[in-house]
Formats: sequence, C-alpha cells, structure tokens
Amino acid sequence: MPEEEGVIKKFLYLNRKAPYGSIYALESLEVVLIGAAFEQDISLAFIDDGVYQLKKGQKTSVSDGIGVKDFSKTYRALEGYDVEKLYVDKKSMDERGLTSDDLLVDVEIFDEAQMAELMEQQDVILSS
Amino acid sequence: MKFAILVNEGPYQHQASDSAYQFAKAVLEKGHEIFRIFFYHDGVNNGTRLTVPPQDDRNIVNRWSELAKEHSLDLVVCIAAAQRRGLLDENEAKRQGKDANNIAAGFRISGLGQLIEAGIQSERLVVFGD
Repeated sequence: MPEEEGVIKKFLYLNRKAPYGSIYALESLEVVLIGAAFEQDISLAFIDDGVYQLKKGQKTSVSDGIGVKDFSKTYRALEGYDVEKLYVDKKSMDERGLTSDDLLVDVEIFDEAQMAELMEQQDVILSS
Repeated sequence: MKFAILVNEGPYQHQASDSAYQFAKAVLEKGHEIFRIFFYHDGVNNGTRLTVPPQDDRNIVNRWSELAKEHSLDLVVCIAAAQRRGLLDENEAKRQGKDANNIAAGFRISGLGQLIEAGIQSERLVVFGD
C-alpha cells in the first residue's frame, strides 16, 4: 500500500513477447496485478509478438496439446483492478493478420507515433 | 539522482546482469544513489551462492555480493520468481519444506511490491533484459 505522500507516477508495462513461448507475459502480468494495489497511473502496451497475449481462444490444456495454465482471462480481470488503459501497436497487428475482433479485451490501437508519444509520457517503463 | 535497477536475466546466459553491474558501478562512481536493485524472471538466478564459474572469468554472483557490501546496496530477489526457479533463503526453505537453501550473501527475498516501490521512490528505473 502506498504510504508515500500520495505520489502517482505513470507506469507503462511494455509487452513484446508471445504468451507461453516464454514466461515474460505471465510474470509481467503478475507485476501488474501486484502493482495495481499501489494506485499508480497504469498502462499496458503490446508490440510485436506481444499482441498475441490478448488473442481470443487460447487452448492450452493437456488434451489441446501443451498442458500449460491458460492465463489469458486475467487480462479481462484487469478492469476490476482499475487497469483499463491497454494499447496495441497497429503495425504489429497488421503484420500478424489480427484485428480488434481477435482480441479478448477492449484496446486502443496506436500507430508508431502514438506509441512513441505514450512512452514519452511515462515515468516508469517496465519492458519484457 | 536516485536510481533503481531491474535485472531480468540470469548470470552468463545473457549480458543483462553484466550490463546492470557495469551501470550500477558507473552510477555509484558518479556519486548517484541506488535505491534498490531488483531481480525478476531469470534474474533471480543471480542470487544463488552455488555457482562455481571458471576461475579465469568474472564471478557474477560474487561481484554483486561484493558491490552490495561495499555500498550497502539493497539487492532484492522476487519471491514468486524465486519459488518458480528454486532459489530459497533459510526461511523459505523451512516454510516450503525444502531440505536446503541457496541464497547468496547480500541478497534478500521479497515481494513484487518492492519493485513497484522502487519505481515510485527513484527518479529513474533502468531495466536490463534480453
């Protein structure tokens, strides 16, 4: 809990990697959940393969093939933690043939200039 | 200026730990302050005292322990990431019913809140990853 004199900083969680192929997506989300308790100004950005983290229909059970816990619904739970600013990179989406219909949460789609401006505004950027 | 440092990769596998160390040294040499160095993801593996790297190359774990001792640095290993990867202190080993602990000198295990706090309290949080 924030006992500091109510300092509010802009925290950006920058996600560049696909889920399941490495642990960065899951463990970055764990930081977001813990960090939510500190009542900072939180944004999440998804770039390159990071956009796959938000893709609908992740099938990860043993019978589906990989036997890994599906954590994708956690992105839907973020709203309940007052974490609502999610941005995806347009070029990354286009390169992968994805549209907002493919994603399991509401996001804002940013072009490179908008993404750069978002990053410029931040106090803390946690990139993984 | 008050810095915080985040190390996201383990020793030797990636340069992140080396780069973070060189950066930390440079920060201190310039007279700045380091609020905390936080180790996350495989970065927690920088905190095991069981490494025996070849003698003719740098000893990454010991280097961190020595720097921490010399400058009273706060080296924090994330408990969740540590549990996943098998890095324990004495308390954790007891708590989890494990027959050994392996944390190196100068490191302590704590929660992700310490990382968020570091971001809030420092003027710059610098991330070293892959």
